[in-house]
Amino acid sequence: MGDLFDGYHPTFIAGTAGGRPPAVSAFDEMFDLSGTDAADGTGAAESAREPRRPYGELHRALSHMTQEELRGRTETLANSYLAQGVTFDFAGEERPFPLDAVPRVIEYEEWARIEQGVRQRVRALEAFLDDAYSHQHCVRDGVLPASLIASSQYFYRQAAGIRSANGVRIQVAGIDLIRDEHGEMRVLEDNVRVPSGVSYVISNRGVMAQTLPELFASMRVRPVSAYPNRLLRALRAAAPPGVVDPNVVVLTPGVFNSAYYEHTLLARLMGVELVEGRDLVCVGGKVFMRTTRGPRRVDVIYRRVDDDFLDPLQFRADSMLGAPGLMLAARLGNVTLANAVGNGVADDKLLYTYVPDLIRYYLAEEPILRNVDTWRLEDPGALEEVLDRLDELVVKPVDGSGGKGLVIGPAASRVELDELRAKLIADPRGWIAQPVVMLSTIPTLVDEGIRPRHADLRPFAVNDGDDVWVLPGGLTRVALPAGQLVVNSSQGGGSKDTWVVGEAPKAPAEAREELPELHRAGQPALAYEPQTRPAHSTIDGPEARTEQVTQQQQQQQQQGRGDPDAKGEQPC
Amino acid sequence: MLSRIAESMFWIGRYIERADGTARILDVHLQLMLEDPWADEEATCRSLLALMGAPSPAGSEPATRAEVLSSLATDRENPSSIAYSLRAARENARRAREIVSVELWETLNTTSARLPHHLDSESAHRFFRWVRERVALSSGVTDDSTSRDEVWRFLALGRAIERTDMTARLLSTRSLSEAPGPSWTTILRSCGAYDAFLRSYRGAPGPTEAAEFLLLDRLFPRSVIYSICRAEECIRMIDPVTDRVGHSDAVLRALGRIRGDIEYRPLSEVLDDLPELTHRVQRVALEASEAIHARYFPTQAEPIWIGETS
Repeated sequence: MGDLFDGYHPTFIAGTAGGRPPAVSAFDEMFDLSGTDAADGTGAAESAREPRRPYGELHRALSHMTQEELRGRTETLANSYLAQGVTFDFAGEERPFPLDAVPRVIEYEEWARIEQGVRQRVRALEAFLDDAYSHQHCVRDGVLPASLIASSQYFYRQAAGIRSANGVRIQVAGIDLIRDEHGEMRVLEDNVRVPSGVSYVISNRGVMAQTLPELFASMRVRPVSAYPNRLLRALRAAAPPGVVDPNVVVLTPGVFNSAYYEHTLLARLMGVELVEGRDLVCVGGKVFMRTTRGPRRVDVIYRRVDDDFLDPLQFRADSMLGAPGLMLAARLGNVTLANAVGNGVADDKLLYTYVPDLIRYYLAEEPILRNVDTWRLEDPGALEEVLDRLDELVVKPVDGSGGKGLVIGPAASRVELDELRAKLIADPRGWIAQPVVMLSTIPTLVDEGIRPRHADLRPFAVNDGDDVWVLPGGLTRVALPAGQLVVNSSQGGGSKDTWVVGEAPKAPAEAREELPELHRAGQPALAYEPQTRPAHSTIDGPEARTEQVTQQQQQQQQQGRGDPDAKGEQPC
Repeated sequence: MLSRIAESMFWIGRYIERADGTARILDVHLQLMLEDPWADEEATCRSLLALMGAPSPAGSEPATRAEVLSSLATDRENPSSIAYSLRAARENARRAREIVSVELWETLNTTSARLPHHLDSESAHRFFRWVRERVALSSGVTDDSTSRDEVWRFLALGRAIERTDMTARLLSTRSLSEAPGPSWTTILRSCGAYDAFLRSYRGAPGPTEAAEFLLLDRLFPRSVIYSICRAEECIRMIDPVTDRVGHSDAVLRALGRIRGDIEYRPLSEVLDDLPELTHRVQRVALEASEAIHARYFPTQAEPIWIGETS
């Protein structure tokens, strides 16, 4: 029996200012810890503790392992990532992308709901973007204030009226989810500009299967390998009309970008060209790439360059990363940029507070996944309330991503809070405030052993115009320092492989077409015809060898020496 | 050159290629078993054993990952295993010690000496990677340090014939022509052809394209057609005879006939009876191998003693 889960205790809100006792503990994904108390969590309670249902099998597999063993495997994971080049820059040094060996498990039943919720959200945001860049019905109907769109830093007038052939603007979305204290999945933010991280989902799965095969046991984890195909299909579907075989390229800022690995992986798995801005040339409203055989027309650009840098003629004039003339070509309908320019208005954090209303307005549906409660500081009275309770709230800039500029009230110093106060008063449009949400915890291997650490989940959705497909699983990011609530790899975060397990309750007819694999239960992964034995040379064949071995052993006996297992020297 | 040496070179080529192919196939398939939630372990293992022409465990005994690993990777007695191939390659190099370069001999010798006796399932991937690297090292060392004389040609001939056989084996599946799913990706990856495929087909995937690529692509070095052409080239260089009528060389005849059949038959027909066709390719590989034996390596004499007549 392993010692992995020794000393595993629930986490409470770290050092609440004002000395109030923490009200609730974080929801733990693997164990129901509500009965235990951090102060007197005794050994007896630990061993008797039963894992939650989805984690049953994983827990069984893990409990056969010792900490040493798991650490050794983690080392192997890291080395494999170093060899593959799955790294990120940390203070000028190349570090393997941190992957924790304990996966996160989500049962299909719950996943189906998440999937629905993400799909719904993407559809609503698509509708909103289409509206925002054309007639703005939502403003006319009073769903949103006009100023909200106009004052958004990422609302680009240059993008007005540009519509791809199939109308899709969000080819790829990453919706960040967290699980709150009560175990409910909520949306923390939407990413519909250039969400990154999907490459880690793909490579995490591969390296986990290679290094920790026993964890997979009989869990039937849903594969993630379909993503590149889905993405390529969506990109091709967005091609300008009349192009039979669209030339899709991935546009990267270059090798020094922190997500460069992802760009290469996607280009490689889609079998398309990875280009930099200098490889592209725009002539006469069309985009070409420079090849050894002269310019070649480009139809769809999956761009991983920010809006600002995309076209020096329209945005930042000093940009070296884009190609002058791209926006003109897009406007003329000669090239499709994916994701569309100007999507940032939809992941503005102030707009986030309106998304439930947008879902009701555009889709006439109730939101499936709830938002985290949020104060809009421009609402009457809100600013005053927030300023009053600054030390117990989380305050975020509306345009930040990756935890940039975020202030956690309970953890901040007096000076920081005073600075923040001044900023909020000066620019209430630029900030939102939320109560501190205890992100759920997952067992994670850290220096002291396996400990609960806070994690979020980023599912990825691909929209091909007909359907929004959600990658089963997604990227689970985990904060490695104890009690840390900001999960981001730039802030010392790790990642976890995310497993969606279990069967769909009942596959309806149309879903079966999607999942032909369902029919294959009990079948081999690949059925081969029985083949003949491999041919052998006359000397090395299995028949010849026995004869030869006997012969040689006889020789050795004559010499009266030698290990009977070793092959005798051949006379020559 | 001596027939005995030529034979050894031929088999070194075959055995290192076989070790490489087997390692790739096992690596990809064992990983697939974990990543594909719908695959049945037992059935997949049996299918894998059948593919490699190894006996399955008797009816009642279950075939497991561990079983497949031990019998196809480390079992020194199982003629289908990686260990068997690598040791046989080394034995052949030892018999031609004075002909093969020191570098190649040392590579093969070290490889065979470091073969593990037992593999845990978590170290399997590392082992397969190691095998591929050792084989790549052997091929690289040979490529760079062997004169392009007969020694080289026989080795290249062996590799080409073995590749034909390996790729044909992998194509002998009905899964390819039927349901979609991960099958074609797996087969491509087993041949190390996935990246090349994606680049040439620009990610328009499908079973037809995969089969077409592995069977008919003239530029990909592991496709059946490429390997057959290479084998033919080697034979022509070994014995540059130009017959006025037909081909007198049995090896060339066998190879040429199957090549013509694959190359000129309409693709749809080829795909319709893929298992049958691949069986024929394998038969031809065997036939060619036997014809090469009969012609170039006459074995009436006791092989051990032939060395002294030189």
